[in-house]
Amino acid sequence: MSEIREVIINNDRLATDEYLVNMGPQHPSTHGVLRLLVRLEGEKVLNVQPHTGYIHSGIEKMCEAITYPQIIHLTDRMDYLSAHMNNEAVALCVEKALQVEVPDRVKYIRTIMDELSRLASHQLWWCVFGMDMGALTTFFYGLRDREKILDIFEETCGARMTVSYNTPGGLMFDIHPNFQKRVKEFITYFRTKLPEYDKLLSGNVILRERAEGIGHLSLKDAIDFGVTGPSGRASGFSCDMRKHQPYSAYPLVKFKEILDDRCDTLARYEVRILEMYESLSIIEQLIDNIPEGDYAVKMKGVLKLPEGEFYQRVESARGEFGVYIVSDGKKNPYRVKFRSPGFSNMFALNKMAKGHKIADLVAIMSTLDLIIPDIDR
Amino acid sequence: MTNEELQSYLTERFTEAEIKLGTQYVEMTVTAAALHETALQLKKLDKLSFDYLFCLTGVDYAENMGIVYHLESVEHRHVMVLKAKTADRVSPALDTVSDVWITAKYHEREAYDLLGIHFNNHTDLRRMFLDDSWGHPLRKDYVDEVRIVER
Repeated sequence: MSEIREVIINNDRLATDEYLVNMGPQHPSTHGVLRLLVRLEGEKVLNVQPHTGYIHSGIEKMCEAITYPQIIHLTDRMDYLSAHMNNEAVALCVEKALQVEVPDRVKYIRTIMDELSRLASHQLWWCVFGMDMGALTTFFYGLRDREKILDIFEETCGARMTVSYNTPGGLMFDIHPNFQKRVKEFITYFRTKLPEYDKLLSGNVILRERAEGIGHLSLKDAIDFGVTGPSGRASGFSCDMRKHQPYSAYPLVKFKEILDDRCDTLARYEVRILEMYESLSIIEQLIDNIPEGDYAVKMKGVLKLPEGEFYQRVESARGEFGVYIVSDGKKNPYRVKFRSPGFSNMFALNKMAKGHKIADLVAIMSTLDLIIPDIDR
Repeated sequence: MTNEELQSYLTERFTEAEIKLGTQYVEMTVTAAALHETALQLKKLDKLSFDYLFCLTGVDYAENMGIVYHLESVEHRHVMVLKAKTADRVSPALDTVSDVWITAKYHEREAYDLLGIHFNNHTDLRRMFLDDSWGHPLRKDYVDEVRIVER
């Protein structure tokens, strides 16, 4: 064998060339319209360059022409799996600027909805991750459970994904009378189903072989690239905004920030699985204690923010989501910037995938949990 | 450090800069010439160690352009805002900070794409989202010919 290899290496005619391969914009594993320009040597990845913009919709520009309550409806079109957190970030930012204190009831409901969204997002991530690795069964398991959360959303918000449930000053409407009962039913149900996830995929030998030690992202690199969310926490980067900049009802609940220092694909996988348990526990602490009261504060018909700059950070399912509003005192913002977690996370891909096989690239990309409209905005 | 401590420490350390306490964070405005050196210092100084750049925003201030850097220290958990403005808006340019925080490389590409701010010494300054034939939509003088966005 080694002799043959030597002949190949020493013979220019038999030497392999580098390949430039386009993965996407229609590749199934890119989950949307992302194009990766991959430089390959055989199956080995030498370099990955993401090309974005296929679904750029100019949301930041549009925001400059609309009012603050209208912005809410654009934000759930960005990261449609963290729609509720994105809405909340804008609502909190406007409330902060206007110095409005929302009732406790709103805070509790917002937090419960946040965690339900996080669960739904992680469920979808889990089933798609399995699919990317070639295990189609997970897809049905994950979507089956996610439907239950979307049904709860539908009943209370009227929408399944782009909920637009928050509004500056509170919520669009009160929760549905069935809300608490159904959420509790869901928690009991999902507590029995979550161990199934582990049985089905977490302990799978093929998965562990393909994930352990693959796609290493050191703590220093995670901070340098601004990789946040479960992907960052799997590199030991303590970046949970629910802990560091608590908002809504997060100061009132007890939960662990899941950290892992193994920095590989498996760590990113396990962090998300454990986060689902934490989310369930947060909802359990709040669901029976939702205080009575108004579901919104009466706000003025036209909201004008005082002149100045306002920033709000929240933890979306993908990482740190930020809203930066520059106001000139009018009813439209002067400039709005959305700090989307996916944007920063994606560019660490090259660092993580370099030197691995192309099949590992798919797995690594899947554990970053990219949502393309979140990146392109 | 609390905001007040941070403010007094920065005032002591960066005498040339304009420092004030904003609504939430300490805001420091530096000249375009001092930007790169300041960024390096903010990351290097042990008491500050701003190693996490979580947001980089380009803003069109009508008479010139600016970049707003939101920084956090993972060790000390304090946050500050660094601002730099370009000399004019005809050919706006600033030094890159992508050698200080890698993530800036991509955020600067976005600012270049949407606002047309040029970054000196940037190794890969290409447009991020739009085609080369587009203008820079987030500039206030951008003419929206097909009127996608009406104000």
